[in-house]
Amino acid sequence: MLLVPCPWCGPRPELEFVAAGEAHVARPSPDADPTALAEALYFRANTKGLIAERWRHLHGCGRFFNAVRHTVTDKFVMSYRPGDPAPDLARLAETLAAEAAL
Amino acid sequence: MTGPFRTPTGGRIDRTRPIAFTFDGRRYTGFQGDTLASALLAAGVKVVGRSFKYHRPRGLVSAGSDEPNALVTVIRDAGRTTPNLVANEVELREGLVAESQNRWPSLAFDVSAVNDLLSPIFVSGFYYKTFMWPKSFWSKVFEPVIRAAAGFGRAPTAADPDGYAQRFVHCDVLVAGGGPAGLAAALAAAESGARVILCDEGPEFGGSLLAEPAATIDSAPAAQWIAATLATLAAHPRVTLLTRTCAFGYYQDNFVALLERVTDHRAAPDPALPRECLWQVRAAQVVIAAGALERPLVFPDNDRPGVMLAGAARAWVNRWGVAAGARAVVYTASDSAYAAAHDLRSAGVEIVRILDLRPDGGPATAVARAAGLTVETGAGIDRVLGSTAVTGVVTARHRADGTTAAGETLACDLVLTSAGWTPSVHLFSQSRGRLRWDAARATFLPGTPHEAARSAGACNGTASLADCLDEGFAAGAAAARDAGHGAVAARRFAATGTAIDIGGFAGEAPHGGNRDRTRAFVDLQHDVTAKDIRLAVREGFRSIEHVKRYTTTGMATDQGKTSNINALAVAAAATGTSLPAVGLTTFRRPYTPVSFGAFAGASRGDLFDPVRRTPAHARATVAGAVFEDVGQWKRALCLPAPGESEGAAVAREVRSVRATVGLFDASTLGKIEVVGPDAATFLDRFYVNALAKLPVGRCRYVVATRDDGFVYDDGIVARLAPDRFHVTTTTGGAARVHALMEDFLQTEWPDLDVWATSITERWAVMAIQGPQARAVLAPLVEGLDLAPEAFPHMSVATCTVAGIPARLFRVSFTGELGFEVNVPADHGAALWDRLAARVAGHGGTLYGTEAMHVLRAEKGYVVVGQDTDGTLTPDDVGLGWAVGRAKADFVGKAGLARPDLAGPGRRQLVGLRVEDPEVVLVEGAQITADPAPPPGTHALGHVTSAYASPNLGRGIALAVVEDGRSRIGTIVHVPMPGGSIAATVVAPVFWDEEGRRLHA
Ligand SMILES: [Zn+2]
Repeated sequence: MLLVPCPWCGPRPELEFVAAGEAHVARPSPDADPTALAEALYFRANTKGLIAERWRHLHGCGRFFNAVRHTVTDKFVMSYRPGDPAPDLARLAETLAAEAAL
Repeated sequence: MTGPFRTPTGGRIDRTRPIAFTFDGRRYTGFQGDTLASALLAAGVKVVGRSFKYHRPRGLVSAGSDEPNALVTVIRDAGRTTPNLVANEVELREGLVAESQNRWPSLAFDVSAVNDLLSPIFVSGFYYKTFMWPKSFWSKVFEPVIRAAAGFGRAPTAADPDGYAQRFVHCDVLVAGGGPAGLAAALAAAESGARVILCDEGPEFGGSLLAEPAATIDSAPAAQWIAATLATLAAHPRVTLLTRTCAFGYYQDNFVALLERVTDHRAAPDPALPRECLWQVRAAQVVIAAGALERPLVFPDNDRPGVMLAGAARAWVNRWGVAAGARAVVYTASDSAYAAAHDLRSAGVEIVRILDLRPDGGPATAVARAAGLTVETGAGIDRVLGSTAVTGVVTARHRADGTTAAGETLACDLVLTSAGWTPSVHLFSQSRGRLRWDAARATFLPGTPHEAARSAGACNGTASLADCLDEGFAAGAAAARDAGHGAVAARRFAATGTAIDIGGFAGEAPHGGNRDRTRAFVDLQHDVTAKDIRLAVREGFRSIEHVKRYTTTGMATDQGKTSNINALAVAAAATGTSLPAVGLTTFRRPYTPVSFGAFAGASRGDLFDPVRRTPAHARATVAGAVFEDVGQWKRALCLPAPGESEGAAVAREVRSVRATVGLFDASTLGKIEVVGPDAATFLDRFYVNALAKLPVGRCRYVVATRDDGFVYDDGIVARLAPDRFHVTTTTGGAARVHALMEDFLQTEWPDLDVWATSITERWAVMAIQGPQARAVLAPLVEGLDLAPEAFPHMSVATCTVAGIPARLFRVSFTGELGFEVNVPADHGAALWDRLAARVAGHGGTLYGTEAMHVLRAEKGYVVVGQDTDGTLTPDDVGLGWAVGRAKADFVGKAGLARPDLAGPGRRQLVGLRVEDPEVVLVEGAQITADPAPPPGTHALGHVTSAYASPNLGRGIALAVVEDGRSRIGTIVHVPMPGGSIAATVVAPVFWDEEGRRLHA
């Protein structure tokens, strides 16, 4: 059972959370063309490596937030509040690799 | 003395406390401190089980939880019958009743032993090969025969009456394994002030030291050191000591599951205690001190009862006072077995010969010879004599050129083997730590950890007792430090004891037999031989994971603890590669079997899932309600009068609502109070409907979609005040609609000043429906005029009903004049009483969900999730009128603009009319254009709702049909097993199409 880092409550067991899909997917605009619409509704990155994803601390503070998790190691790297800018995942990966090499 | 093989003295058993038990119906006596295994061994019981495939007689091999053969069923009563227990883990208690498994009718005479003669058909992949054809034979012939003849024990016949506890705990340092390394680790961590949990699967701490009384630590006998260490640990208030507790599963982020056996070892368990406790530990740091497992040598007929691990025989003699035989041959590829030879000889066992596979033996060889033992190096066993018990061995002499010369026949009743020790890396590997191949010691060892974990002692490849203690102490200190506690002074231990021999030999030992015919067993529990593995490789299986599945090696309940490395080595030899190149198969949780009871804990029976009851539940029960489960809710399906059938009750309820009036408990409806200056703006964006201008005191039927535009939920939005709305959802949709609202409020429109609060359980809701509804309700209402012009359809107001503050809705899900009275939940039962009395006075009825469904279907009102399935738009189900297309934005606007959601070929909600009024279509039935559709015919749609309508005197159905609205008046077909049923497509409204009754 993962420890999920809620930005408000701190690390809490996975049981208290629901996953809410990839983060930073812009809601389709009402006049989006069909391709953009399909992209926004149905296509996800399915990354092997770092992803930013949405979580909700349902059985806790009830709040949504974003977190960066590595899909291979299942380790959380960071979490942040909705509205905070999306982290640069490529740079984050480089930083982590450099740290691991130390 | 409790048997011919009990030593006169020695061991950790209490010879003053004899214990009577039975095995396969025979009475035996053991001592306090015995396991079932040691007591049987002392009594001279050689055969403890039959093997899985060949039903060969099998004896004890190991003294620990890795034992592959001695699986037993322990019986207290019908509900307390536990199969597949390892005899070593069954502690002897007064009156213990145990039975062997996998034999019929008895261990001594087993009819399936004929399988042994049929062994050619039980080759690798026999499941796949033998039972391929004909298909019908599988369920009728093969499976029943296999199930009767094979299998590991039988399930109990009654429900388990015991309780199982679950505990969630946090600690700084969890130490898994209470041998020397684990004890030292716990000591160091405790001294730093850390919260420590130390667990061990055995009934007492000490691990390998329990089987080695001569060992000393810091000049004291090991037993004294253990006692002192435990006393020190017990004095630390932040230390938890758990024996009989196996760390069986290592999960992410240092979440480790422990299973504690609480009462199984007690003759008369305290009924207040749980039988087992599942500890779910979140540890800041973990020290794995899991020890090592001895590997058997693999040679022809190495499965005969009496062939056992050298370390096991040593443990039995030293810890339990049992000499496993009278004349022993020792067959070894490591120094470890020599210690067993010395100890058994001291206990009076004649050591016939030590056969050392190594050309020149090892350091222990000279010592043994000096002590007068006969050692032959470069030698082994060609085959074992005897079937139900070892009677002797034929030795082999290995020449330098790799050939083998026949040796001599040695009579013996015991064969001790040791190929070396395998570090127990199971937990480390479960934690996703990377293993590394240590070429020098030819073994896999913990490499880079994935979690905050350290390995110490034998599981880390550390061999000597002193090194294990030092390493354990250092690991415990480091773990405590990393968990934020202070430094502990390093400590070195002076110790004498036997070092285990890591490495040694792996695979099938050389022998002079025909390797394609002789059976040298690798996996004793699943009856997999070395030649089976070679056959799998010959048949093209290369990946070790495939070889494992094809041969089933390592897939029994012991998960191949004693067999995995040998299996890998045999596969490596067969593929011409090295053991590290073959790689390990996955170590899966749990390390040892865990009962379902422990996982279920209290989640059984009534506590399996929460039950939600409405405030008037007890009233409905008294009124004779038959309840159905709707999610976690109990809802009254119908309320039959005494002697009335459910069908008759539903028909009466449906007629009565249309004729007079009915009372329905609608409290399960989801309710959300949406409040705030921007509440109207929010709801206008959230629902497809235009809601911004909804006047105070008015309700609107609303449809929710997500951005994909498909119907997600429906309900009523009622405006109580400019900034306050009472929103209802479907019963099943309450939680997800609220979650969706929260999602948009928190992440999409955080600028909106709105609170959405779930109020489902705050309000009891009673629906009064029917022509007499106003007459029933009006006398109870204060502060509100119910006249049609004053309080028309789709109105809402606050008032009092029967003296109770209420939110009164004029809404209808029946098509009749209707009201829904919301009162605070505590008043629900009182309101029911008043309304039920008045409804009865008007000749009305109480009605349930089935009548509600019939009534709404007569009106063509959809039920989201029944008439919709997540692929239908509001327009598809005839609710296009609800969509506020002029709105700049709403959830679903983009999705609904997709051209293909508006084009031809959409499935649309329609009614179906069958000529024969008695026919009621079946929900889910497919609809075709062709009355006799050949297989593969495209279905136009399916029936979503179908009922017998008492008011119409015929069956009615709702369906979704491609371009359904343009098919109205045409015939479609519903193919059924008894033939196709023709149906006319009609508009989906069967009752009061003009809606006059609604507005009465
Ligand atoms: Zn939180």
